[in-house]
Amino acid sequence: MSAATARGRWAGFAFVGPFLFFYVTLLIYPLFRGILISFQRADLFGGGRWVGIGNYSRLVADPIFHQALMNTFKLTLMIVPALTLIALALALALNSSSRTAGLFRGLFFAPSVLSVTIVTLIWRFILTPDAGLVALGARAVGAEPIPFLSDPNLTIPALAITTIWWSLGLPMMLFLAGLQQIPGDIYEAAALDGAGRWTTLRRVTLPSLRRTVILVIMLQTAAQLQLFGQAQLLTAGGPSGSSRPVVLLIYEIAFGRWELGYAASAAEVLFVLILAVTFVQYWTAGRAEER
Amino acid sequence: MRARVSPLAWIAVALGAAIVVAPLLWTVLLSLKANSELMRDSGTAFSAPYTLENYHSILNGNMVFRWLLNSVIVSTGTTLGVLALCSLAGYGFARLEFPFRRTLFVFVLLGLAIPEQAVILPQHRLFADLGLHNSYPGLILPGLAGPFGVFFMTQYFRGIPRDLDEAAMLDGASRLTTFWKVLLPLTMPAQATLGVFTFLASWNSYWWPLISATRGNMFTLTVGLASAQMNYAQTSGLGFLMAQAVFASIPIFIVYILFQKHIVRAMSGAAVR
Repeated sequence: MSAATARGRWAGFAFVGPFLFFYVTLLIYPLFRGILISFQRADLFGGGRWVGIGNYSRLVADPIFHQALMNTFKLTLMIVPALTLIALALALALNSSSRTAGLFRGLFFAPSVLSVTIVTLIWRFILTPDAGLVALGARAVGAEPIPFLSDPNLTIPALAITTIWWSLGLPMMLFLAGLQQIPGDIYEAAALDGAGRWTTLRRVTLPSLRRTVILVIMLQTAAQLQLFGQAQLLTAGGPSGSSRPVVLLIYEIAFGRWELGYAASAAEVLFVLILAVTFVQYWTAGRAEER
Repeated sequence: MRARVSPLAWIAVALGAAIVVAPLLWTVLLSLKANSELMRDSGTAFSAPYTLENYHSILNGNMVFRWLLNSVIVSTGTTLGVLALCSLAGYGFARLEFPFRRTLFVFVLLGLAIPEQAVILPQHRLFADLGLHNSYPGLILPGLAGPFGVFFMTQYFRGIPRDLDEAAMLDGASRLTTFWKVLLPLTMPAQATLGVFTFLASWNSYWWPLISATRGNMFTLTVGLASAQMNYAQTSGLGFLMAQAVFASIPIFIVYILFQKHIVRAMSGAAVR
């Protein structure tokens, strides 16, 4: 009996063990090895010499890293508020069980299932000044084509627009899920009090969505801080780095210049930023709960 | 439902929908035009004659088929692997009592906060050491380490009444039989949701296959299309490129339409973790 229970006590490992093996070797181990590499001078395929905080002090002094960090912040600040507001508005308008609303929800969600390569392929030939859809429109009304992908002042907005088009679906669905959870009697009470549509929205709907709003903002912030493919494929970070976000810089340092240690240190800085955002989410969501 | 939507709002929604759909239509139109015509003026995309010539060129021996096959193998392999590992682990964490169970579960949950960019460089190093780049295992394995599926399946197993497994155990069934014959069939809705979510994420993943598959014959569809678009200047023209984009989106749109409910649930579930 006791032998059987002793065996039973450990039987659980047979079930969780296989996953834990992959989790530890392919996620946890690389996480710590990445931290180690960030303190080394190492190239892509081997070796490594301890340089202490050398890579980090280089980052602090590197104008290209500063520029990339600023670009990442600009992109995030441009994309996240717009995405949140548009998605919220769409969710409010499409929160109905009618067929038309369902069709529209499907349409707005559709771009989200495309890969970044297809998205950039599509948008390149919308934005390109010699053959793009926008240029054709401009020509039709007699205006000059706009060089979205080569004017340093326009590349970041162009990336932002592309990203908003691509990622509208998920926040919209999250807001719709949030709206579904608001109990109906609150609305009935508001109607009995003679509240108009606008008052109901401001006093009932939006406060009830507080948690969803926090969730959407934080998820999108964490996602956009890691923006990569769009910039690599649409503008290649150019002209002269004006649209190069941090992750593209990490990629270029590691796989263009083969300076793995330096790239890893930039990755750790970004990791800390993303972690901070995640903690702010847990903290504010917890406080929203208490109210 | 409750708040009726004003006509003005409907106009705004319709306008927004037009803006969202226009790029897709434009792409389809371009793919149906002869390259030579587009070279002269891409505005010709709005008028006939249309042709299927670009799609013919894809069908006539192009790397796109190889990339499509690679994507199917990698995404299917990743999905099956994730479902197997996460079902086992989910059952273990939800139903079995073993030392350090709680600690290990928290340890797995912490992994949700690890973004791809924090591990991808050392992963690349690790796979180089193991000689796994430019191989199917190399493309599949990193996708098996994500903790979301374990969290998702554990929650689902916890929702199933315990009487079911207790009854089976009383009948003398082993843990494995209980898991396989009694509980697993009940988790099919969760398997579908997690499966579709994993398949989509794997199909669309870009950064890892970009750095791991460096030979053209090991490219996935996403990476292959990226290389095609970067060499745009030297290649076969705008119409052909767009036909590739349309061709590559067809499988994923079919998956989307078939599994729409699951995809939406999976994506919102993935977010509300």
